[in-house]
Amino acid sequence: MNFSLHLWLIPLLPFAGFLINGILGRRLPKWLVTTVALLAPLAAFAVVFVAVLSLLGPKDGASPFPFIETCPLPWINAGLLHIDFSFVLDQLSLVMLLVVTGVGFLIHVYSVGYMSDDEGYARYFSYLNLFLFFMTVLVLAGNALVMFVGWEGVGLASYLLIGFYFQKKSAADAGKKAFIVNRIGDFGFLIAMFLLVANFGTLSFTEIATKLGQDPGWTGGVVTVIALCLLLGAAGKSAQLPLYIWLPDAMEGPTPVSALIHAATMVTAGVYMVARTHVLFDHSPFALGVVATVGAATALFAATIALVQNDIKRVLAYSTISQLGYMFLGCGVAAYSAAIFHLMTHAFFKALLFLAAGAVIHSLGGEQDLRKMGGLRRKLPVTFAVTTVGVLAIAGIFPFAGFFSKDAILYAAFNQGIYGKILYTVGIFTALLTAFYMARLWYMAFLGESRSPQGHVHESPWSMRGPLIVLALLSICGGWIGIERFGAFLAPSVGVRVMQVGGNPHIELYLSIFAVLVALEGCLIADKYYRRKPERPARLAENHPFAYRLLASKYFVDEFYGAAVVKPLLGFSKVFLEWVVDVGILGGAAWLLGGTATLAGAILQRWQSGNLRSYAAWLAAGAAAVLLFVLVPWTSVLASLPAIHLGLAGH
Amino acid sequence: MSAFFQQEVPLSWYLLLSAVLFSLGVVGFLIKRNLITVFMSIELMLNGVNLSFVTFAQQWHAVKGQIFVFFVMMVAAAEAAVGLAIIIAVFRARATLDVDRIDRMKL
Repeated sequence: MNFSLHLWLIPLLPFAGFLINGILGRRLPKWLVTTVALLAPLAAFAVVFVAVLSLLGPKDGASPFPFIETCPLPWINAGLLHIDFSFVLDQLSLVMLLVVTGVGFLIHVYSVGYMSDDEGYARYFSYLNLFLFFMTVLVLAGNALVMFVGWEGVGLASYLLIGFYFQKKSAADAGKKAFIVNRIGDFGFLIAMFLLVANFGTLSFTEIATKLGQDPGWTGGVVTVIALCLLLGAAGKSAQLPLYIWLPDAMEGPTPVSALIHAATMVTAGVYMVARTHVLFDHSPFALGVVATVGAATALFAATIALVQNDIKRVLAYSTISQLGYMFLGCGVAAYSAAIFHLMTHAFFKALLFLAAGAVIHSLGGEQDLRKMGGLRRKLPVTFAVTTVGVLAIAGIFPFAGFFSKDAILYAAFNQGIYGKILYTVGIFTALLTAFYMARLWYMAFLGESRSPQGHVHESPWSMRGPLIVLALLSICGGWIGIERFGAFLAPSVGVRVMQVGGNPHIELYLSIFAVLVALEGCLIADKYYRRKPERPARLAENHPFAYRLLASKYFVDEFYGAAVVKPLLGFSKVFLEWVVDVGILGGAAWLLGGTATLAGAILQRWQSGNLRSYAAWLAAGAAAVLLFVLVPWTSVLASLPAIHLGLAGH
Repeated sequence: MSAFFQQEVPLSWYLLLSAVLFSLGVVGFLIKRNLITVFMSIELMLNGVNLSFVTFAQQWHAVKGQIFVFFVMMVAAAEAAVGLAIIIAVFRARATLDVDRIDRMKL
């Protein structure tokens, strides 16, 4: 295939938007900023679409994927290491691209309404376009290094957008926290790349897969180490245990940012990366087990915290962490297509929930506390309807999108022997918690009596309602494609895992029914606690003060990290880096150099008497010294010296 | 008598004269107080050196030495122009040419 799909246009269109709005945005009229900002993701989406159509056009039987496009110029040529700047379009990156540019476009549209009164309007959209640029680079990457470029770039965009209201200290701190915690994960990614270069001599995903396929001896050992390092990177980006702590704080950013970056797209990059490098994980059962364990543990852990949060965005943040845990669980049982399926549906319903939460916050004048909401069902009918769809989807009620994808992951886990059954149990229990806390959010925000001091509550503008409705439709229909067809489509990219079919052929059906019943049960409990007996939650908290405090304080993980990592590090920086290295070594060296020069100057300046004849005398003396040095045969003089000395001693 | 005049002047005489001129220049440069005299002493040193240059050029039948002398004379002429200008400026400013009293250029 020697034609080009112009894949490079996909990232560069948002980048152009970033440049235009970033440089000129403050001087351009608002409608032009909006046009540029919206055209960028829309055009990128169109290019993806055209690329797909032109690939599917000639039906000669052979699969057009993967389509690899490489920059004709070499990127890195160092000794034996050759790295090209290459993009790859296959089933996996195609799904991801459609999600990123599609959901990205909807959130851009929503932002037009949400950010309309903000004075940082152009800056906001330039960052958003910058994010899309890096995200599409990440998704299209044909080798680990290109992916790393996007990986770091989305981290940068995330940092900029979390700290968008940088005058607020908590927002600036949250941005820094996200950036620094992600650095730990990036360290793992970097080590993994070094090991890949050292062991495979290449970073290209397809070449690694070929080399692993040629030699079946590659199992465990170094492959496990590489996979675990990649997992560390993925855990940082996708907010998994133990690096999830940045995501709840990231809610300081504008709500559409939370929807786009911290729910739908960027945080799923870790899952995407694991799916992209799945050949490595497939060759290391141990690493896969770790992935599954981390995922299941995170899902449960974050879900329990979400039970008692009162900030609407934090509930959603913990639920995002929990759902990402599901995706890791899916990856860990090698059901990559199920994980990507859940990634896609999650992008729909979580973006929907975040945007709906944004609409609620917007109409309440910035109120995020669930305890001060309530009774919004009549006042915000559209928001209420779409949130209901989102809650049903995330809870996993048939036939909403979340049901299909979550079910696929749980079924895949169930089929993985004894340990898989344990993971399944954790997963189904988390599903119960998920249904409960989402229903709790729904009851607290929309039902009951209004507890808001805000008198006038208004529905949001159409630019915000439109994307909500589209996302609601996607959250309903997104799962209907079914895991069989979706998995078959993705199979060339992520491989097929043969499902061990148990003794009962109807087991999948039973499990599905069970999952729906569990989800309904979660909703019923929430109904009991937050509608029928609203005094119950407070009493429960009183009766179990320890458990309640543990959950409300998020297991004291931030405090633990603060005491175990941040404090010692700060102390070390203070004592060693500041006093020893900075003041002692660097300052000392500077002082020594400066002091020597000053001292030498103080002595030598005596020579500058201003007296011409003393200068003349020194000049003459210098000339005489040079003459003496040149004319006297010093070597022979020196050679004769010991002889004289010995001669004297001889007498 | 005529034989005496027909004798070639030995090389050492030229060099001796050159050294004497140079040394006179150095001594004048060091001990004289008048700025113009100091300046003239420098010229004397240059000419002492020039003499040894042409001497060796004659001795070795090499033209290089003479070219050097032209260079030195050219630079000396330029230097004289600049130097005399400075001396006039100094005299206008300070009303003296005594080098011991022109000592304000120091820390």
